[in-house]
Amino acid sequence: MSTALAVEQLCKVYGSGLEALKGISLDVMPGDFFAILGPNGAGKSTLIGIISSLVRKTSGRVRIFDTDIDDNFSRAKQLLGVVPQEFNFSVFEKVEDIVLQQAGYYGLPRVQAQERTRLLLQQLSLWDKRDTPARMLSGGMKRRLMIARALVHNPQLLILDEPTAGVDIELRRSMWDFLREINQQGTTIILTTHYLEEAESLCRNVAIIDHGTIVQNTSVKSLLQQLNKEVFIFDVKGQLPHLPVLHGYNLVQLDDHSFEVEVVKGQSLNAVFAQLTEQQIDIVSMRNKANRLEELFVAMVNANKHVANPVEARS
Amino acid sequence: MSPHEQWVAFVTIVRKEIKRFTRIWIQTLLPPAITMVLYFIIFGKMVGSRIGEMGGVSYIDFVAPGLIMMAVLTNAYANVSSSFFSAKFQRSVEEILVSPTPNVIILLGYVIGGVARGLAVGVIVTLVAMAFTDLKITHGFVTFFILLMTAILFSLAGFINAVYANNFDDISIIPTFVLTPLTYLGGVFYSISLLPPVWQTLSAFNPILHMVDAFRYGMLGIADTGLVFAFVELGVLVVVLTLVALYLLKSGKRLRA
Repeated sequence: MSTALAVEQLCKVYGSGLEALKGISLDVMPGDFFAILGPNGAGKSTLIGIISSLVRKTSGRVRIFDTDIDDNFSRAKQLLGVVPQEFNFSVFEKVEDIVLQQAGYYGLPRVQAQERTRLLLQQLSLWDKRDTPARMLSGGMKRRLMIARALVHNPQLLILDEPTAGVDIELRRSMWDFLREINQQGTTIILTTHYLEEAESLCRNVAIIDHGTIVQNTSVKSLLQQLNKEVFIFDVKGQLPHLPVLHGYNLVQLDDHSFEVEVVKGQSLNAVFAQLTEQQIDIVSMRNKANRLEELFVAMVNANKHVANPVEARS
Repeated sequence: MSPHEQWVAFVTIVRKEIKRFTRIWIQTLLPPAITMVLYFIIFGKMVGSRIGEMGGVSYIDFVAPGLIMMAVLTNAYANVSSSFFSAKFQRSVEEILVSPTPNVIILLGYVIGGVARGLAVGVIVTLVAMAFTDLKITHGFVTFFILLMTAILFSLAGFINAVYANNFDDISIIPTFVLTPLTYLGGVFYSISLLPPVWQTLSAFNPILHMVDAFRYGMLGIADTGLVFAFVELGVLVVVLTLVALYLLKSGKRLRA
């Protein structure tokens, strides 16, 4: 079956001797919205660098829509758009020029390039800034500029390396909507992110990389099913006279108006509410103490720390 | 990429380069004009009037081709070295590296950008020179060919310098310690026939001497060294530097991790 991205036994050893990738393999299917998670230095950016040709691989194979980058990198690059983690455009150039030039590097005729540029800048709310030098843009605008630039040649696979880092909540949500929209239109999207809420909200499948190896590669849904317990915070109406006692559940009082409840896999929230109702405690709101994916992520990375570096983990 | 797509990519790079040096014309096009005015006033009028003739022509006529050539080669070099290094420094070079644009098109685009600035400065300096002396071109083809090949050669050299450079100091070292001395000792201000035999022999190893001399031949019809040697030298150096630059792009040295 055809894949949008196929990575086989990919290794990267830098000149310093650092082994950034230790033979990782990964398949991303066409149309997927795929998250690559991992702590800093895990190898995520190296992986993206190899796929986009900015990093030379030591060994292994990479295929983009069945085109091997060793056989026909030019064709593979036509299918790929990359939004890097750090700003990498000329700060002296105008917004429109940056996107137009990128279209030119992909061989798009001028008229077509102008049309695509106008469309993307409008969609990403940057059209009013088209004549502004890039250095004058806010951080969020710069991120959107890089997305417009990556999409100008209409790639089938879009890779975003932490696209919403440093972006305010409102803008992040609008970028999520935009990414969902282009994914629904058929673009395969791979993103790395530190916001695990982002991965949970947007992505269907996820790979967790740590110390240059893939710790987990599955669907977000099945990953969340591995969660053994969740902690919920309950806010009560009025003042809490004392910490209620719920049979079968551990509770911790946080303040006069709230407490947290640990719900182990298999236990029901209905039972929690039933006992609270019996005790005439009115709940006005409820939320997860931490992002569910975040809890899993931390658990997996910690577990891998013992495997990757047992001495350090013991000390 | 199809040939048409490659052409689009090439035009894009050239357009970007021309836009860049015209946008900052105060830094790129104006200084050579001011420098040349000073050269012509000092060496042409003040000092030149006391020197008299050199190589059978007035001193101001003698130095004019060398000064034009000096402006062309330094600007062609500076354009590519500063533009490509800035792109490396700001990481905007990644825009083109991740694209399917072939290496030969990247090199050609930057080199033609350097040639464009070199020739633009050449025209400006020639116009300045015409205010001080009656310039005429004796051999049009030789004049233009030598000028073009020199601009190509120094654009290539600037590109290689930019690839190797790690900081802005690295792109000023070669012009300061290599290009300027070779140019000043390359017969711009004097005929090498005035030098003692030992220095004449040593000067023959200075590649810029032959370029300046051939260009002077094209304009004034006088030369100290052989014209054929200048053509062969330029041809060989352009081929060698092109191969070096393409090797650097292919290997990704200093460009890809």
